[in-house]
Amino acid sequence: MAIEIEQPSVGLSKVAVSETHGEDSPYFAGWKAYDENPYHESSNQSGVIQMGLAENQVSFDLLEKYLEEHSEGSSWGKGAPGFRENALFQDYHGLKSFRQAMANFMEQIRGGRAKFDPDRIVLTAGATAANELLTFILADPGDALLVPTPYYPGFDRDLRWRTGVKIVPIHCDSSNNFQVTPQALEAAYQCAESMNFKVRGVLITNPSNPLGATIQRSVLEEILDFATRKNIHLVSDEIYCGSTFSSSEFISVAEILQTRDYKNSERVHIVYSLSKDLGLPGFRVGTIYSYNDKVVTTARRMSSFTLISSQTQHLLACMLSNKEFTEKYIKTNRERLSKRYDMIIKGLKNAGIECLKGNAGLFCWMNLSPLLEEPTREAELTLWKIILNEVRLNISPGSSCHCSEPGWFRVCFANMSEQTLEVALERIHKFMEQRKRK
Amino acid sequence: MTLTRSIQYPNPEPEVQTRKPGRATAMRLIVPLQGVVQGRGGLIFGSLIPCALFYFLQLYLKRHRSSNSRSNPPSPSTSSPNLAEITRTSSRSNLLSRGLIGPVRISSRAMSIAKPNDSPYYIGLDKASEDPYDRISNPDGVIQLGLLENRLCFDLIAKWMSENLSDSMMGREGGDLSISGITTYQPVDGTMELKLAMAGFMSRVMGGTVSFEPSQMVLTAGATPAIETLCFCLADHGNAFLVPTPYYPGFDRDVKWRTGVELIPVHCRSTDNFILSITALDQAFNQTRKRGTKIRGILLSNPANPVGNLLSREMLYNLLDFAREKNIHIISDEIFAGTMYGNEEFVSMAEVLDSENFDKNRVHIVYGLSKDLSLPGFRVGMIYSFNENVLAAARKLTRFSSISALTQRLVVSMLLDTRFIEEYIETNKKRVQNMRDLFVAGLKTLGIRCADSSAGFCCWADMSKLIPTYSEKGELELWDKLLNVAKINVTPGSACHCIEPGWFRCCFTTLAQEDIPVVMERIRKVADTSTLCS
Repeated sequence: MAIEIEQPSVGLSKVAVSETHGEDSPYFAGWKAYDENPYHESSNQSGVIQMGLAENQVSFDLLEKYLEEHSEGSSWGKGAPGFRENALFQDYHGLKSFRQAMANFMEQIRGGRAKFDPDRIVLTAGATAANELLTFILADPGDALLVPTPYYPGFDRDLRWRTGVKIVPIHCDSSNNFQVTPQALEAAYQCAESMNFKVRGVLITNPSNPLGATIQRSVLEEILDFATRKNIHLVSDEIYCGSTFSSSEFISVAEILQTRDYKNSERVHIVYSLSKDLGLPGFRVGTIYSYNDKVVTTARRMSSFTLISSQTQHLLACMLSNKEFTEKYIKTNRERLSKRYDMIIKGLKNAGIECLKGNAGLFCWMNLSPLLEEPTREAELTLWKIILNEVRLNISPGSSCHCSEPGWFRVCFANMSEQTLEVALERIHKFMEQRKRK
Repeated sequence: MTLTRSIQYPNPEPEVQTRKPGRATAMRLIVPLQGVVQGRGGLIFGSLIPCALFYFLQLYLKRHRSSNSRSNPPSPSTSSPNLAEITRTSSRSNLLSRGLIGPVRISSRAMSIAKPNDSPYYIGLDKASEDPYDRISNPDGVIQLGLLENRLCFDLIAKWMSENLSDSMMGREGGDLSISGITTYQPVDGTMELKLAMAGFMSRVMGGTVSFEPSQMVLTAGATPAIETLCFCLADHGNAFLVPTPYYPGFDRDVKWRTGVELIPVHCRSTDNFILSITALDQAFNQTRKRGTKIRGILLSNPANPVGNLLSREMLYNLLDFAREKNIHIISDEIFAGTMYGNEEFVSMAEVLDSENFDKNRVHIVYGLSKDLSLPGFRVGMIYSFNENVLAAARKLTRFSSISALTQRLVVSMLLDTRFIEEYIETNKKRVQNMRDLFVAGLKTLGIRCADSSAGFCCWADMSKLIPTYSEKGELELWDKLLNVAKINVTPGSACHCIEPGWFRCCFTTLAQEDIPVVMERIRKVADTSTLCS
């Protein structure tokens, strides 16, 4: 509630004082611990290693090299035509060249199995803004979106805070590797209805965060059919699609729509960004790709609140249009992530820890349920605190991802050097040895 | 979680009202009842009969809509207490039956935004961008006087870019402009380097009489999200802000769209040179409160857009007193602070707060580089607040509108080049003043006078003598003629909610000197025909 006038201080809105930003959850608390005592290879070897931030630093050298070698697109020196228009350019359509480059890049990542029309691309300052914007457009305050669990903790904030929209979870469990089932979809829908929430859509992340796995074709088709039957939207957040270890394993909902000749496609919207695949979260580049004309028009207008700097668009347009670079980057990035993944899985296995079989993303989904005193959220958080404070690793507890089974943790592996990852694995090994002896 | 029965998916059927009708219908009875009872007429005739009619009308519509949707793609049900919305849904389902858009529903918020832009402000901008004037290649094109951009000092900025970026955007050998360190996640509310640089720049352009604290800044991708974010922080859905008219047309979007906050105009008059009066503010406050809407603050732009005048120190004191008395906020959009010409001095809200013992918690300033440094494409804006709680909330909210780290680094580099900034500020001031003088003089020869102004990129011109009837309709007729016959895009006062018809906002900073006679000639042609006809 906003502070009332009796007090001398002037009141704030409900949005401002609400806790829906979720930043008091363990997910973010671990980051604070890291900020206070960050690990450093030489200067702070006993610090907290950050394994809770899904950032991709494995291919940064490729970016740097490209920029050193290709100045023409990025300079505005004598004779370079674009600057004047560029600095003034604030059209919410975005630079055509950039949209074209994004469309091509998105096609490339999907192995050319889906086509993207640059005029359906709406630009936003990051996928965070894209998800919020779509929610504003697809749902009214008090409506609901169905989201499979476990899901990215940031959704609680991005989808709900200013929009006033609810999230109703689609419960998934380890019995089938946390895949979405028709029963779970229907159950979530009924649950929302029983609470008098109008369901406006399903929002999936594919590849999944935090599972680190792609959604199978049959499951995608089921979800799409479900959305069609209920006449609701489907938002597919495909922000990790370029981080699939093998290109053929990722099926985009765009591919399925294409094979169906785009029948019933006006309910489908794809979110993408360069923060994960290209490791450029600082540049704030996100997109909404919608098959619905009205959504495209509305999203474009609303994107006034979250435009991408024209300078950034210009630079990236040049980079993403360079087919040679993008092909090499995508391929190398996949290889390096795959190698990292193998490294961490092996290391964890040696320590006696199993993970969900993954094939994508910047993290793995680790099963520590055998270590829990009892299969409860409290026990999971106790274990999490121990790992944070004693082992000094910041990993994300499954409960902050709304996982229905306690004991699972998301562990990021792409935001550090290999040496640091070795150190982290050693610490885990030691920790597990100690536990065994007890 | 397994279900014991096998799921039988129902046949696709239209989504008819599945809710229990009781509550919803009761609401539908109560709302019209209230409205009618407040009106005149006997209780029985005045309320019962219209209510009964309403009730039956709704039943009829409900049945009609059900049968209608059976033959068409299903439209999602809305059970709303508002009769108007039911009608809207009906017509929407008619649209659907024509197959213009898919059957799946988008939110009511989005529906209102999806409508074609019928505001002259946007129509004019579109027309000008479709057929832009160019002295050589398109001399019959539309001359853009409706977009507040400043192109007068572009040469200076382009020169700086070419000298400092040389062969690579990245600067020399990983120097100041390399990409290392900026590709990763940054503080969402902006880097400290940029905040420091902005503090210095703001202080300089505002006359050096006030200083700004980086810790009180939240950076945003342009001033547009800064205003919206502040509204989210200070007001709930259904609350309102008072705003003096005429005001920047974009406020309607920035404040109202997604927040559901209202804007209550407080009309200013030409007799006061459109300066706000506290009396008018007070009246508007009381009237709004009477009808049950809570006022959360005052939104103003200082220097004013579109008039271009300044608020005096005394007026700022009065506003602060008023805000304190009513316990509301003040949002001061100072984005044009660095566009002063002439001899008047700009006084920022921040300066007044520094000097006197006012409650700072209610004051929030919006700023950005789109006007003062002519870099609207780069999206650099700011919320500057004295209220820790607002800052805490805004810091979290700005993740939806953060500035690209690449751009932040470039802008820091530019702002720290004090020699360049000095040259820019001085030259810009001269050129803007020169342009303004020529433009205003040109209008004067046509018998069109402009309001007194000391800042900004436009003049606020009184063309009331040229409009066929002294009304908004007459004003729009002239606007239309100016756009389609004279091919000049100016912003009509009604788009700025001005209470007096006939005023037009004309931006002169996108012109070259040689274009001014062309503009005046075109206006003259229309003026002549207008005076002939009236």
